[in-house]
Amino acid sequence: MKMNDEEQAMAAGEFGPLRRWAIEHQLKVGGYFGADDFVPVAQAHIMCDTESLGDAGVEWLERWTGLPREQRRVRVPTITDPRGTDFEKANGLRQQDWMVTRERRTVAALEALDVLMTNTCINYQTIMPPLLGDHVAYGDTGVVIYCNSVLGARSNFEGGPSALSAGLTGRTPRYGFHLDKTRRPSVRIDVKYTPRALNEWGALGALVGKLAGDYWHVPVVTGIDIVPGSDDMKHFGAAAASFGSLALFHIAGVTPEAKDLSFMKGTEGLPVHSVTQDDLKVLQRRYRQDDGDIDLVVFSAPQLSIVEMQQVADLLEGRHVKMPLLAITSPQVKPDADRMGITKRIEDAGGTVLSGMCFYNSYAREMAEANNWKRLATNSAKLVNIIGGYGYTPTLLGMESCVDLACKGKVRHG
Amino acid sequence: MGNQIFYATRAMGHKLQAQALVAKDGFSARYDLDRIKGVFSRPEHKLVGESYVGKILILDVAKGGVATAWMLYEMAARKMIPAALVLNGMNPIMVQGAAFADLPLMSDFECDITSAIPNGAMVEMDPTAARPYLRIV
Repeated sequence: MKMNDEEQAMAAGEFGPLRRWAIEHQLKVGGYFGADDFVPVAQAHIMCDTESLGDAGVEWLERWTGLPREQRRVRVPTITDPRGTDFEKANGLRQQDWMVTRERRTVAALEALDVLMTNTCINYQTIMPPLLGDHVAYGDTGVVIYCNSVLGARSNFEGGPSALSAGLTGRTPRYGFHLDKTRRPSVRIDVKYTPRALNEWGALGALVGKLAGDYWHVPVVTGIDIVPGSDDMKHFGAAAASFGSLALFHIAGVTPEAKDLSFMKGTEGLPVHSVTQDDLKVLQRRYRQDDGDIDLVVFSAPQLSIVEMQQVADLLEGRHVKMPLLAITSPQVKPDADRMGITKRIEDAGGTVLSGMCFYNSYAREMAEANNWKRLATNSAKLVNIIGGYGYTPTLLGMESCVDLACKGKVRHG
Repeated sequence: MGNQIFYATRAMGHKLQAQALVAKDGFSARYDLDRIKGVFSRPEHKLVGESYVGKILILDVAKGGVATAWMLYEMAARKMIPAALVLNGMNPIMVQGAAFADLPLMSDFECDITSAIPNGAMVEMDPTAARPYLRIV
């Protein structure tokens, strides 16, 4: 890879050992993918939950905290993905002390690097959305696919070490979705039914992800007959990234790079798949338990917007849950939900509002064992895809059905 | 088949020999593994219940989220990690994680590598070769 003078100085250690490690890491990754050079990034976003880090990862982070500040601090605004706990509610979740201690150590280490502990996977709804053409280095697949697709930003999936590297060097290897040629569609998905609910958008995202197949495929979706909302795109993208490892999609006439109909020129020869309403139903039936034997309801993955929080509160109005119901949001939304009385309405109905975490990266296996949780209902297609690996049996339903289930103790079909 | 060599377009890491664990399925450390026990745990995965520790893991494509980038390092620290990872198609997270964990890696063959290598075969891979390769020994 070509390096300018500053990059060569970093590689030579002139900016300290941490920045040297960072650029060496980036050279390995960029070299693998044939990157020609680096591209400056405006922001970085680090996935850094301690279930993933383990003690080894935490100790690795702590290794750098003793450096002089000018050698250890990030160079561009660098924010964080959800943590593995809500510190105020860890006991209620029966998380163990060692988990919370590991989280606190990680927070301290990241703060020493001047990382902003935003603890959110919906930064595009709450923090600082990137602009069209903005080069960024984002972790969390849902963040990447939303910002690439809905906002027209340019990022690859940047795992924790790589996102941190980008924060430290202020750049990332120029490959993948930083390049125009990679952003062109490679497959067309013709949708015969426009989803009406978040779980349906998630189910459609899941199917698009499975049909497109892998990270390097870019679907262009046709047939969507409305302009979807931000939460719709959030669930659609998160599921497409989860089921298919996708980092970019286009929706003809909707998303910025496909807004102009001329975008479709040259796509005539692409492979075409159709998705019908029945296909969405079949996918959702794969994740449905019909005997009503559910242990908990979880709204998470991605964290809930203030609008979703209000929807959950409205559905719980005048009712009381008969099983745990967790509504998980960001530290930016939570104070608004508190101030507007939304948190109180959910918790008065017996639900629990959690902030700054996400369910699946919060020691989900250990929480299952500690709470005797096995069968989980959610409206998140992403969550049902992940949580099976942690020993849960997931059910995918609409938000309304999930709340009904929590209150009545059985599945309401519809 | 024993003398066949399969060349990869992309590779990273050191030369090694180990037993292959092969399936036509995807790979994500978060979604697919019980990393404490060192086995595949996702019920739908074709290798569910199989131990991956010390094996050259040969699978189809990288799947899932960004967590694998940290997880491979953590798995390496506990010595509960595959010996190497070989995929038909790689995504950035696997490469970033392998670079961080010093895990040998190989991808992008001229054939479907999961069909070319029998499950359980002893294989050699050399990412350092001028033409990185994988072969049955």
